[in-house]
Amino acid sequence: MTSKVKAVVMEAKDIERALTRIAHEILERNKGIKDLVLIGIKSRGEVLAERLAVKIKSIEGTEVPCGALDITFYRDDTDTHQPDKAPEQTELPFDVTGKKVILVDDVLYTGRSARAAIDEIIDFGRPTAIQLAVLVDRGHREFPIHADYVGKNIPSSAKEEVLVRVKERDGKDEVVIAESEK
Amino acid sequence: MKSILIQNGHVVDPANQIDGEADVFIQDGKIVKVGKGLKVKADQLINAKGKIVTPGLVDIHVHLREPGFEYKETIASGTLAAVAGGVTSVACMPNTNPPIDDQAIVYFIKSKAEKEGHCHVFPVGCISKRREGAEMSEVGELKKAGAVGLSDDGAPIMNAELMRRVMEYAKMHDLVVIDHCEDMDLSNNGVMNEGHASTVLGLRGIPAASETVMVARNILLAEMTGAKFHVAHMSTAGSVELVRQAKKKGLNVTAETAPHYWSLSDKSIKNYNANFKMNPPLRSEEDVAAIRKALKEGIIDCIATDHAPHSSTEKQCEFDEAAFGIVGLETLFAVTYSHLVEPGVVSLSRAIELLTTAPSKIVGINKGTLSEGVDADVAIFDITTEKKVDVNQFKSKGRNSPFNGWNLRGWCELTIVSGEIKFKSGE
Amino acid sequence: MTWKSKDLLTLEELSASEIQTILDTASSFKEVSTRSVKKVPALRGRTVVLFFQEPSTRTRVSFELAAKRLSADILNVQTASSSLVKGETLIDTLKTLESMTIDALVVRHKCSGVPLMLANMTNATVINAGDGFHEHPTQGLLDLLTIREQKGKIEGLTVTIIGDITHSRVARSNIHGLQKMGAKVRVCAPTTLMPMGIEKMGVEVYHDLDKALKDTDVVYVLRLQLERQKKNLFPTIREYSILYGVTNERLKRAKKDAIVMHPGPMNRGVEISSGVADGPASVIDEQVTNGVAVRMAVLYLLKGEKTQGENA
Ligand SMILES: [Zn+2]
Repeated sequence: MTSKVKAVVMEAKDIERALTRIAHEILERNKGIKDLVLIGIKSRGEVLAERLAVKIKSIEGTEVPCGALDITFYRDDTDTHQPDKAPEQTELPFDVTGKKVILVDDVLYTGRSARAAIDEIIDFGRPTAIQLAVLVDRGHREFPIHADYVGKNIPSSAKEEVLVRVKERDGKDEVVIAESEK
Repeated sequence: MKSILIQNGHVVDPANQIDGEADVFIQDGKIVKVGKGLKVKADQLINAKGKIVTPGLVDIHVHLREPGFEYKETIASGTLAAVAGGVTSVACMPNTNPPIDDQAIVYFIKSKAEKEGHCHVFPVGCISKRREGAEMSEVGELKKAGAVGLSDDGAPIMNAELMRRVMEYAKMHDLVVIDHCEDMDLSNNGVMNEGHASTVLGLRGIPAASETVMVARNILLAEMTGAKFHVAHMSTAGSVELVRQAKKKGLNVTAETAPHYWSLSDKSIKNYNANFKMNPPLRSEEDVAAIRKALKEGIIDCIATDHAPHSSTEKQCEFDEAAFGIVGLETLFAVTYSHLVEPGVVSLSRAIELLTTAPSKIVGINKGTLSEGVDADVAIFDITTEKKVDVNQFKSKGRNSPFNGWNLRGWCELTIVSGEIKFKSGE
Repeated sequence: MTWKSKDLLTLEELSASEIQTILDTASSFKEVSTRSVKKVPALRGRTVVLFFQEPSTRTRVSFELAAKRLSADILNVQTASSSLVKGETLIDTLKTLESMTIDALVVRHKCSGVPLMLANMTNATVINAGDGFHEHPTQGLLDLLTIREQKGKIEGLTVTIIGDITHSRVARSNIHGLQKMGAKVRVCAPTTLMPMGIEKMGVEVYHDLDKALKDTDVVYVLRLQLERQKKNLFPTIREYSILYGVTNERLKRAKKDAIVMHPGPMNRGVEISSGVADGPASVIDEQVTNGVAVRMAVLYLLKGEKTQGENA
């Protein structure tokens, strides 16, 4: 599947500002960093979670534990979805029981990835709360899931794709809307 | 009885050195005359222009399965398969139940063949009582009843002393001893040829030596006793060399091979398909080359099918558990023509000889020629039209052919047995 | 990576990149096995039949654990303890199993080729859990994973397989798998246990263990079926052990950092000494652990083609 870029909707600076704001909102809502952990959904959510951790540390001066989930084994479309690469490993270097989990993903769309991630986290233990932080909310929800923290709302059509690119993986920070050519 | 005139066919009759366009005139079940432009009146005219007209083929290694295994084949179905392949005489092997080890069974088969059969049937009697390989059967009585040879085929005579005595005794009765040459200890429950192919497939191997060792023993005993010894279904390069030496010495040793031993090798076994399982097994490519060379050089005397029908349950199962053997009557000439004559290994007339006069001579029957006065057994073949082998069209009850789906030329058009049309293609 | 085939029947038919994919996926599943809840829902609602015509506790248990950790439903069909197959043809047995609407069939059979025959007759996924002397692909894969973990690579290594090559499906799968991944394979056995034409499989053939071990990275010891002595394939267990038993003394001929593997169960003191089996070079326990991860990966990757009730 290839895609043609239609518009750049967030540039590096926009992403930076959005993440700073989300970091502040997380701290404000949870009244500090007590029992807070960040879990990114692989692969770009993991990068965003790590950046949020850095920002929170610069605000509060303390490190927030950071983990990453590979939700491949929890997907609900394994009958039809052919993975394009071997699944990666889930890395949770802490016990989630009793923690306030900030689940981080790049794009919130149907809500199915968030559902899979929540199920997987619950298999690891019983967090007191799970909150969802996303860089982009593009609508078209299929599940009763909403984000607690949103970098930017980008209304899109189902024919379009919203692609988040990060330096660490893609060499460049930006969010683009592309026409999907299936 | 009515008369038939087959006109303008390409007649190949090696016994009479005929190889060219001619007519064949048949009356009262006998061949009356073969010649160009015969001016005779006949009840029926058959235009054989562009076709090959031959003496009916003779197959001296056929398993008709009756009595005892009628679910695999009967005398009726087996002989119908024969005429569908242009074969008008078959020698049937004695591994029936009960086996052909006394006169009663010989008579049973002959009378059944007369009533229900479609071609001439010549029973081969057992070497040993009950085919157990221990005590000699009533060889003299079997001969009197009409057995044309002796064999325990399906199994070898492992006991060398018994083989010696049978050869001595059979010589007195002028019967050929036909052995399924296999050392069972060396075969060691193998299911295919031992070599690279069996190693990759992880199947137990039957070494080439399993056959060759027995051919050697039997040739030595034939030399000692002066008996007529015939190697059934020869498959290895080693056996070829032994038979070559025996012939050079002037021994009474002959050999047959079957179409699958020159057209298929152990590398042909794919997907554990048991229609490629027979005994002796498909051999290495070197063995296949040796068999072809032996056919060319005349070391191998004749072609026989080892037609061995089995039910589908006996074949559609684990390769290890599947029965040995394949059907061959209906593909005999087509595989011979397409894979022996067309590639130039032997000439057409030599191929016909290997399928008619040569086998007749081995078992001592007056068949396989178009000589004046003999039974009018004639086959007409089309060697130009290519057709796919379809086992579901077989007259045999057996569907176990490795040639299914092959495109071949050399299909039988019409078969006449003792002056009667017994098979016509498309009917 | 796209997974095309319905079945896993041999390593002979897999490409290097397909093997790579299975090993990578297996690495991820190893992590699942370290969790407190060692289970993911990937195969929830699927039915996996373990059809073992030959007794094999180790492989069966490994597959069973793998399927359970993927949340599949498991049906154990062992012919020794079941009415299946007594006087019943293979096709009948398959029809009986299919009527239970199964998704995957894991087959162990004493006859070579049976998994392939079954795969051609059913829409269900068929996984070969060992057929005759033919192949044992998941064993080959778990061995490759173990070697890759221990050595960091497979390419360029020299692997020596010692023992009854003739009757070993493990040897055949390893030869195919290792060669595809770029390793050099040696086989070492008495002439009576070396199958005809094995050199045409691209291996180096040895009959002298000391020579075979020289400069070897991986020493792979096969189990000796002791009853083969009665078939005159070796004179005595004692002589076999003297000539081909891997001891610490003989292991010195291999590379200093060589690892020792064995598919189990071991005849201690016959093909392998306890000193070697329990020694620092042994990765035998690691093989067992990797067995579950590899089988999870295979079940997970193959389940891609949903088979039941989709013809409509
Ligand atoms: Zn035979």
